[in-house]
Amino acid sequence: MSDEAKKSDKATLRIWRGNAEGGEFKEYEVGTYPGMVVLDAIHDVQAEHAPDLAVRWNCKAGRCGSCSAEINGKPRLLCMTRMSHFEPGQPITVTPMKTFPIVKDLVTDVSHNFRVAKRIPPFKPRPRDADGHWRMQQIDIDRIQEFRKCIECFLCQDVCHVLRDHDKHDSFAGPRFMIHLATLDMHPLDTVDRRPMMKEELGIGYCNITRCCTEVCPEHITITDNGIIPLKERVADDFFDPVRWLMRKISPPANKKSLPVLPDPIKATTKTKKKQDAEA
Amino acid sequence: MTTDDKFETHEHDVLIIGAGGAGLRAAIEASSMGVSVGLVCKSLLGKAHTVMAEGGVAAALGNVEPKDGWKVHFRDTMKGGRYLNQWRMAQLHAMEAPDRVNELEEWGALFDRTADGRILQRNFGGHKYPRLAHVGDRTGLEMIRTLQQHGIHLGMSVYMECTVTRLLGDDNRVSGAFGYWRETGKFVIFKARTVVLATGGIGRAFKINSNSWECTGDGQALAYLLGAELMDCEFMQFHPTGMVWPPSVRGTLITEGVRGEGGTLRNKDGKRIMFDYIPELYAKDTAPTEEEADRWLEESAKGTGKSRRTPDLLPRDIVARAIHSEVKAGRGSPHGGVFLDIHSRRSAADIKRKLPAMYHQFKELGDVDITRESMEVGPTAHYTMGGIRVDPETQETRVKGLFAAGECAAGMHGANRLGDNSLSDLLVFGRIAGHHAAKLAKATSQKSVDAGQIEACEREALAPFEREEGRNPFQVREDLMNQMQKYVGIMRNEGDLQAGVVELERLAADAGKCAVSGNRHFNAGWHETVDLRNLLVVSEAMARAALVRKESRGAHAREDFPDQDKGHWSQVNLVVRKGSAGMEVEQVPLPPLPDEIKQVLEEE
Repeated sequence: MSDEAKKSDKATLRIWRGNAEGGEFKEYEVGTYPGMVVLDAIHDVQAEHAPDLAVRWNCKAGRCGSCSAEINGKPRLLCMTRMSHFEPGQPITVTPMKTFPIVKDLVTDVSHNFRVAKRIPPFKPRPRDADGHWRMQQIDIDRIQEFRKCIECFLCQDVCHVLRDHDKHDSFAGPRFMIHLATLDMHPLDTVDRRPMMKEELGIGYCNITRCCTEVCPEHITITDNGIIPLKERVADDFFDPVRWLMRKISPPANKKSLPVLPDPIKATTKTKKKQDAEA
Repeated sequence: MTTDDKFETHEHDVLIIGAGGAGLRAAIEASSMGVSVGLVCKSLLGKAHTVMAEGGVAAALGNVEPKDGWKVHFRDTMKGGRYLNQWRMAQLHAMEAPDRVNELEEWGALFDRTADGRILQRNFGGHKYPRLAHVGDRTGLEMIRTLQQHGIHLGMSVYMECTVTRLLGDDNRVSGAFGYWRETGKFVIFKARTVVLATGGIGRAFKINSNSWECTGDGQALAYLLGAELMDCEFMQFHPTGMVWPPSVRGTLITEGVRGEGGTLRNKDGKRIMFDYIPELYAKDTAPTEEEADRWLEESAKGTGKSRRTPDLLPRDIVARAIHSEVKAGRGSPHGGVFLDIHSRRSAADIKRKLPAMYHQFKELGDVDITRESMEVGPTAHYTMGGIRVDPETQETRVKGLFAAGECAAGMHGANRLGDNSLSDLLVFGRIAGHHAAKLAKATSQKSVDAGQIEACEREALAPFEREEGRNPFQVREDLMNQMQKYVGIMRNEGDLQAGVVELERLAADAGKCAVSGNRHFNAGWHETVDLRNLLVVSEAMARAALVRKESRGAHAREDFPDQDKGHWSQVNLVVRKGSAGMEVEQVPLPPLPDEIKQVLEEE
């Protein structure tokens, strides 16, 4: 590390420490250096003050979506948030994602998301062309390639008020999975119709397009406008448009197969009650 | 009380440790063969280091250049590996990679397209033709997400945030694994008929590296400690283009795709540096002038032409050492790298479309707009060609029932890996390992698990809590990374390597004195002590093997032996194993080349 890189100014971090039983804010002072991100500061806290401080992280390059938390109340990736972003001298408050149950310190139980993922029927392509290829024009996949940038940081799930404030984990899949469903629905090769499931089980109707998810997405995916709204329109067309309904009766779509609606709704994790509510 | 009563225990036919590309592909294969599969991930599912892969998957599909085929890909791979590769692995890889890529598409992957709607392929270092199936610069993410979304519907059990600290069994037969849950710190036992290690790399052994925290050589160390062999450990790939500024992101990767899209390396005087570093082995296929190099770029995008490749796309070892030499000669950039220029080569719109992650990364973390300014880049520890020695046909180690695939296994890449042969490696050998692990599991029974061994595992894991006063594990790891960077880095010599071995002995003693505070609940300090043990094994193996190999070949560069040997050293791999008096290094002759393979290598 060059001279320029040596630690100079100090910064104060106010980190929520605790577990499902409860917790409190603790303050730590760290040195800062050029380009430093909040995750660096947290690592310094671990190395110098609190080796048992729990934080999830992997790549430290904004690629894996592990280090999601709330910084001064805003859902962000710790590794993509520069310390220079904040007013010098003011403490930086770091709290775990509010929507998910606390495990310890900055780590939350995000297993709910993995259970939702498992319930969405997988991709099922039409047969290949005669020469063994599948032909798709770039222009037809640009839109879904945008959705596939998702790094599963779950910040959109965290900020979504349907999940965050109304706790509808059992009836709404959340923005992350709306985007996944949009990918499948708009995939030129896919043959499965998941629209009945979106309506009945995954609660697409709950989204009232406040666009908070789009705002926090670190990959800048236009979740609401490019993903959820078109899906809502497709579901509405299928279920509520009388002309479409009649057309389907007369000539059912050849390449899409409807799946029966699965009987049991998604069960939310009931493991712990979020204690940081009391703190906040 | 039996161990089953004392510890949470799970039993599977096949246990797969590691859930990156190789582990997931192995799990998919084994599941589809109808055996019970347990998949253990150190992090959450889908966060493994594979997500960081940028450029593409190398497979001779021939969509852009119909002349491409497995033989050309095989030749490129052997040449890039300076002929130290296990030829059979390189052959299987080249032959099977296209099927593995097509299969991903069947599972929902969306690669960028050619004008006629097929999978588009791009240029990359050391690959003769445009060969890389890719999705912008986030191919690894596309691959892991595809495998993950396909795999979770096949009935495998996924154990997330679970770290394995020891394999169970002995040096003849594996019987399972012992580990802990990160969340609770409680121990867990996995009984299994066969085990596949797919734990990835060792980049965290170096101060400047491109790897995530998980890359601590776990699989290599677990295999070594059980009695399997390691091989080719001296070969550590330093990727030529890591970020050098600001310090927070030093080492973070910049994809070779930047050069694949036409990016050039320049020194502080603005001179394109690579024309001065074309080695004899590549002189025939490399453009000696800027004009020819630029012509090649245009022609190659159209799949036509006779011009030779730009030297900016020489194999990674050559480019990394060229940058090292420029900096050493005082011609580097302000923060000790060289410049990588894409802004004068491509339009801003092209850059944002083809290299969105790079654009984003520099803008957010480096305050650099790569559509207007050059990037500062320098070598970063990236990938180990070395790892667990396996049978090329089955990926089984010398321990019965223990398999390895992906970066933690050795043999495929020889002395130097070509860019993005790694993603195809994960798919090809992940599948082979999963297949043979499932086959063997069907044919054998579960070996009993020894209660005494479990107790020893528990004692070892808890030891850092017993020490009242001791070393801080974070500081010991920092120390280790600095010593490896200093003594076992990109340019090596006898004196440095000897000093490195001495330092590693000191560090091993320090690691044995680490103490941790707090409880076992998600305790980062405690986890660090486990990772440290593994890092020390792979670091020592690298330093000792590097001392033995008295030549420069591929990624292994010795200042005191600067030439590539045409005799003895071109004929042996170095095998590392646990001996009665510590680590032993043995020279093992390369497997002989059959005549038909010799012929393939000689064709051009």
